[in-house]
Amino acid sequence: MSLLKVELPGLALKNPIMPASGCFSFGKEYSQFYDLSKLGSIMVKAATLHKRLGNDTPRVAETKSGMLNAIGLQNPGVETIINEELPFLAGFDLPVIANVAGSTIEEYEQVATALRRSDIAAIELNISCPNVKEGGVQFGTDPEVAAEVTRRVKQAANVPVYVKLSPNVTDIVAIAKAVEQAGADGLTMINTLTGMTIDLNKRRPLLSNGVGGLSGPAIKPVAIRMIYQVYEAVNIPIIGMGGVRDAEDVLEFLLAGASAVAVGTANFENPLVCSEIIDDLPFVLNKYGFDSVTDAIGKGHIDA
Amino acid sequence: MKKLETHVVSIENIAKATFKLVIHVQADMLNTIKPGQFVHIKVGEGTEHMLRRPISICDISNTNETMTLIFKVFGKGTDQLAKLTEGHAIDLLIPCGNGYPMDDIEAEHVLLIGGGIGVPPLYYLGKQLIKKGIKVTSILGFQSAADVFYEDDFQTLGDVFVATNDGTYGIHGFVTDVINEQSLFGDYYFSCGPTPMLQAVETKLKDTTGYLSLEERMGCGIGACYACVVKTTDGESTKKVCQDGPVFKANEVQL
Ligand SMILES: Cc1cc2nc3c(=O)[nH]c(=O)nc-3n(C[C@H](O)[C@H](O)[C@H](O)COP(=O)(O)OP(=O)(O)OC[C@H]3O[C@@H](n4cnc5c(N)ncnc54)[C@H](O)[C@@H]3O)c2cc1C
Ligand SMILES: Cc1cc2nc3c(=O)[nH]c(=O)nc-3n(C[C@H](O)[C@H](O)[C@H](O)COP(=O)(O)O)c2cc1C
Ligand code: FES
Repeated sequence: MSLLKVELPGLALKNPIMPASGCFSFGKEYSQFYDLSKLGSIMVKAATLHKRLGNDTPRVAETKSGMLNAIGLQNPGVETIINEELPFLAGFDLPVIANVAGSTIEEYEQVATALRRSDIAAIELNISCPNVKEGGVQFGTDPEVAAEVTRRVKQAANVPVYVKLSPNVTDIVAIAKAVEQAGADGLTMINTLTGMTIDLNKRRPLLSNGVGGLSGPAIKPVAIRMIYQVYEAVNIPIIGMGGVRDAEDVLEFLLAGASAVAVGTANFENPLVCSEIIDDLPFVLNKYGFDSVTDAIGKGHIDA
Repeated sequence: MKKLETHVVSIENIAKATFKLVIHVQADMLNTIKPGQFVHIKVGEGTEHMLRRPISICDISNTNETMTLIFKVFGKGTDQLAKLTEGHAIDLLIPCGNGYPMDDIEAEHVLLIGGGIGVPPLYYLGKQLIKKGIKVTSILGFQSAADVFYEDDFQTLGDVFVATNDGTYGIHGFVTDVINEQSLFGDYYFSCGPTPMLQAVETKLKDTTGYLSLEERMGCGIGACYACVVKTTDGESTKKVCQDGPVFKANEVQL
């Protein structure tokens, strides 16, 4: 269906829908529910240089129309991911986006270098994880640091680099412009918003980590606002995410300026959600008077 | 595993804040279910509850094409499930988790040790064990008399000992007190209940082969989000309760 096609750096997408990083592992579990080749792409779980065991439990808490998570970047390390997880995805017809995380700029570089030996189509540079003590979000809240990590990972990588922006900043446009200037091929946004919930019985924060990242429909208006602002300020494509659970949400992200859309938390509510959205999207585009996905991108702007 | 949209056959309040929910499930799906597995239930419609709730499979009936769940109202989600009525739609991921290892059990006498809402999965397990000709003795712990459920059902499997923490029914004390007092002994044990109970059981029966069913807060329920991990005993790696568990061999993971 050509009306759903989108071309982004490194990513020839048959449709603009992909699962968001950390919510879909490396695809195996969800492949029980539908053929993953149906997806536009897949953003796999974060990779660090060495294995990480993550935070103590409880790691998740439900909140109204959303959830908090503090998984803490648990992953088996980039080598194991390349050797044991990514080969499974090679059996499907879809470009893979690897999520790169680290505690130091060197670690980001090393992970990106290691990934040269894999078949990924693009890197999502995660400078926005709110759930680890070191690294993660500290690289995503200062424009100069964000630009430096981007530059170094661009040099190390052999595929396009999309920088994942944190919403936990005062001026997201400044960060977006800084990473664009540093050579980012695209942006993905938004990561989770830092939040907390307190257990009434225990009178303590519910998550063992104290704070966690808020995701789900509760954050959608924040994501839309930020994508809208960033779209007006940069010339690189945006993959949007934050609370998407149906095809109308996807259209709203396209109108705000996203060129493709990722779905995270909604997979937990409905493991078939990405597949259902892909089926519904042509009808929703048609209902609101668009000929194609590309036709809708950015059309929610006042001067569009 | 499947996402199943089905309906409620009946719902009944069987003890204090405790509900027996019978759901229609087709025979071909029921045939795949192993004792100790659970379902991951969507609570209500719309976006208020984005996370499903894990509930153990308590029993299945091939002739009626039904599955029984027993749950206690704990917070907002289970409160909403308790308001379901006959014929109401319900959306499940089924079956989740690994279940008890039925094939390689070589036992003559098994102890089933359940606490509170940990009791339900032991019922279907017990039924399967006696089918294999294995003798079953059940030790069920509850807070107090008002919380006790399924005693008669377990009686159809073999001897049953009920304990209450406050002594208002059965033996006064914990399940481990019952094991002491009655000098109960089996060549295998299966246990499900609150973590302190599992710890006590694991210590008390350290020389018996045992399997424990664990609870942890879940996101996906299918092994994709790393929400529900437990550390292995050596502390070097983790297991996912939703996928590698909820049933683990005693001493395999840290309680
Ligand atoms: C494998 C497994 C099997 C279970 N089987 C049964 C059963 O047969 N009968 C029964 O009554 N209960 C069972 N539970 C516990 C049951 O899942 C919780 O009581 C229930 O999720 C509480 O939801 P709530 O909305 O009422 O509480 P809330 O506190 O409002 O729930 C908020 C969030 O915390 C999670 N949560 C809270 N308590 C628990 C808990 N103890 N375990 C896991 N998640 C929790 C909820 O799922 C939800 O995501 C089982 C749990 C697991 C992990
Ligand atoms: C359980 C969980 C784990 C996540 N892990 C990662 C991760 O490893 N890397 C990352 O960049 N984002 C991670 N995220 C953030 C999501 O990719 C996404 O940006 C965010 O959840 C907003 O989208 P949503 O509302 O659709 O979930 C995680 C989110 C959740 C809920
Ligand atoms: S709940 Fe997601 S991995 Fe277990």
